[in-house]
Amino acid sequence: MGAVRDGSRDDVRFLDEYRDAAQAGAYARALRRVTARPWTIMEVCGGQTHAIVRFGIDELLPPQLTLVHGPGCPVCVTPVELIDKACEIAAQPGTMLCSFGDMLRVPGTRTDLQAVKAAGGDVRVVYSPLDAVKLAAAHPAAQVVFFAVGFETTAPPNAMAVWQARRQGLKNFSLLVSHVLVPPAMAAILGSPSNRVQGFLAAGHVCTVMGYREYEPLARRYRVPIVVTGFEPLDILQGLVMCVQQLETGRAEVENQYARSVRREGNLAAQRIVREVFRVVDRKWRGVGEIPESGLGLAEAYAEFDAERRFGLTAYTAAEPTECLSGLVLQGVKKPNECPAFATRCTPEHPLGATMVSSEGACAAYYRYRRPVEAECEREGL
Amino acid sequence: MNRDVADPQGGWSCPRPLDRYPQVLLAHGGGGRLMQQLLEQVFLRAFDNPLLNQRHDGAQFEVGGQRLAFTTDAYVVRPLFFPGGDIGTLAVNGTVNDLAMCGAQPRWLSAAFILEEGLPMAALGRVVESMRAAAKAAGVEFVTGDTKVVERGRGDGLYVTTAGLGVIPHGQCIGPAQVQAGDAVLVSGDLGRHGMAVLSVREGLEFEGPIVSDCAPLAALVGALLEGGIEVHCLRDLTRGGLVAALNEIAACARVQVAIEEAAVPVSEPVRGACEMLGLDPLAVANEGRLVAFVAARDAERALELLRAGPHGAGAQRIGAVHAGSPSRVTLRSRIGIARVLDVPSGEQLPRIC
Repeated sequence: MGAVRDGSRDDVRFLDEYRDAAQAGAYARALRRVTARPWTIMEVCGGQTHAIVRFGIDELLPPQLTLVHGPGCPVCVTPVELIDKACEIAAQPGTMLCSFGDMLRVPGTRTDLQAVKAAGGDVRVVYSPLDAVKLAAAHPAAQVVFFAVGFETTAPPNAMAVWQARRQGLKNFSLLVSHVLVPPAMAAILGSPSNRVQGFLAAGHVCTVMGYREYEPLARRYRVPIVVTGFEPLDILQGLVMCVQQLETGRAEVENQYARSVRREGNLAAQRIVREVFRVVDRKWRGVGEIPESGLGLAEAYAEFDAERRFGLTAYTAAEPTECLSGLVLQGVKKPNECPAFATRCTPEHPLGATMVSSEGACAAYYRYRRPVEAECEREGL
Repeated sequence: MNRDVADPQGGWSCPRPLDRYPQVLLAHGGGGRLMQQLLEQVFLRAFDNPLLNQRHDGAQFEVGGQRLAFTTDAYVVRPLFFPGGDIGTLAVNGTVNDLAMCGAQPRWLSAAFILEEGLPMAALGRVVESMRAAAKAAGVEFVTGDTKVVERGRGDGLYVTTAGLGVIPHGQCIGPAQVQAGDAVLVSGDLGRHGMAVLSVREGLEFEGPIVSDCAPLAALVGALLEGGIEVHCLRDLTRGGLVAALNEIAACARVQVAIEEAAVPVSEPVRGACEMLGLDPLAVANEGRLVAFVAARDAERALELLRAGPHGAGAQRIGAVHAGSPSRVTLRSRIGIARVLDVPSGEQLPRIC
C-alpha cells in the first residue's frame, strides 16, 4: 500500500508502517475528496471496531460518512444458552473446561465462568485448542472440554484439535461448539427491513482462511460494495476510500485491500480440515436470533466429540436478557452509547451483554475509549 | 447452576455489597477496577487512617525527627523462575522499589516464606541465593523473618512476603498530592517486559525472540534524581496494571489530567509483537524495574539525562505532561494523532480469541 516508514525509530519492523500519522492524514484527505453523498458503511469484524475506536479513526472521517459496527465479535454473538452450558459443564466434578480468556466474563443466565471457577469449577484459560488436547492426554481420568467459539478464523485450529484427539484415541476430549459464519450474518443484515448498511469492510482474517469468492454473490444480489480489509489504521482508511469510491461510482464489487494476507481462494488446506470435521448448521446469534445455515457443528463422523451430546445438554435453551440491546448494536441499527443501560447499569465489571465484555465488543470499546469524554461533553452541553 | 455453599458470607456482611460476586475472583487481584473496589470497600474501609489514606506505594512518617518509609508486599508468581529473575529477585526488588518511590533509601527488610511440602530444596536454595544477591545489589539487609510449611497441594511451591523500612534523607515530599499542572511525565525505560516474560514461560508461548524481565532495583536511580537536585513531585513503580493503572491512580489522587503520546512511550519490538498477537495493551502490562516520574517541567531534560546515565535507566523517555482540569483523567494521543481516554482495565487483561 505504499506506506513509508517513520524513519525516526529503527526498532519496529512490522507495525508502524500501518500506523503512520502523515499517511493517515493523506488517506483522510483522500476520503474527504471522494465522499460527495452520505453513506453508511459497516466494518464487519470486532478487531476492526476495536482499532477504529482505539486509534480514533472515526474522528478523521468526513461528516457524510457513518460507520456502524458489525457482528464480527465471536464472544459477543455466542448465545446465552451456550454460556449456560459451559457453566454447567465446568461445575461438574471431574471435568476441565478449557476456554479462551475473554469468554470467562461473559454473563450467562445466572452466572459466568469466572464465578464458577471461584466456586471450585475447573476452568482453564488456554491459548490454543491443541493445549486442551494435551491436557486431555495428560489427565485421562478427567473429561476435558474445549469451548470452541469463533468465526471461520478459529475453525481450522479447532478442527485440527478434534482430528488430533481422534488420531490419539482420546475418549475424554470434546468440543462445546459455537462456531459462526460471516456471510450468512451479512445476508441477514442486508435482508432485514431495518437495514441501513450500504457497503461493507469485510473481515481480513476470516478471508485469509476462506478467501472471498463467497462474498461475490452477496455483492451482486444486494448491490453492495464489499472491501476485504485489514486491521491497522491505514488498512481501514484505505478500505474506506475503496468502498466509498465504489458507492460514489455506482459499483458493487468485492475488492481486496488486504492483499498482503488474503487470496481469492483463501487457505485451501485450512478449508479442507474444516470440511472434514465440521458441517454447516443453523445457529442462534446472541441478540439476533437463529440464522439458517450460519454456523458450524461437528460432522456426524465426529459426533462422539460433541460435548453437548456427551453431557446431555442438546435440548437446553435459554432466553436472552431483555434489557440488553446488543442485538441491535451487532446489526448496526444502534450505537452502543444509544443504549439506556450503557455505562450505567451495564459496565465491563457487570455487563448485561457480551458486547460489553470482549475487547472486540463494540460496547466495551466505546466504554473504554469514549465514555468519560462523551459523558463530560453531555454534562457541559457541548 | 451455581453450586450452593452453606453460608457463603460466613456470618459477615459487607457494608456495601461487593457488587455481584459473593466470592473472590481472580480478577479481584488483577490490578484493575475490581481490585480498586475490593481495596476501597473492604480494606481501606476497615483500616481507615491518615497514613494509609496517603495511598502511595509505602507509608511515610516521622519518628524522633527522622522521616521513614514503610511498606510490604506479597509475592506469588508461576513459574518461580523466569527469564531475567525469579520470585526471590521480585521479593527484594519489589519492596525496595516501593520504598524508593517514597524517596527513601531502603535499609532493612523482613521476609516470610510459605513453603509447600515437596518443594525441591534446590529450588528454595536458588531463590534464597537470588534474594541474597538482590539484597546486596540494592544495599539492604534481611533483619527478621518467618517460615511456615503447608501441605502439598495447598500452595504454589513457594510464596514470599517481604516488608521494608527505609529512611528519607531529604525534605522533599513525594506523592500524588505534589503533582501539579505543567509537570513533565517521564518513564525510566521500555515497558511490558516483565509481564510478557512471565506469561511466555508460564503458557509456553514462543515469540520471535526471548523476552527478559526488567526486574531491577530502582533506589539508585531515584537517588540520582534527588541528589541531582531535581524537583521530583511523584514517583511510582509500574507493577501490576502497568503505566495505565499508575497514571490513572495518580491523576485521580492529584485531581489533574495527564496527557501522554503513544509514540513516545518506549516498548520493545518483541513485547509489542507479543501484545498485538494476544490483544494485550503493553501499557497495562506489569513491569518490575520501571518507574514513572512526575518532575517540574524546567527540570525535565536534566532529569532525563540523570535517568539515562543511572542504573536501569538507559531507555528513559519523556512521554507527556500534566494539565489542570476536571474531571481527572488520562488521555493518550494515538500514533495517528487522535487523543482518547486511557482507562484502567476492568480486571486482568485477558487474551483475545482471534
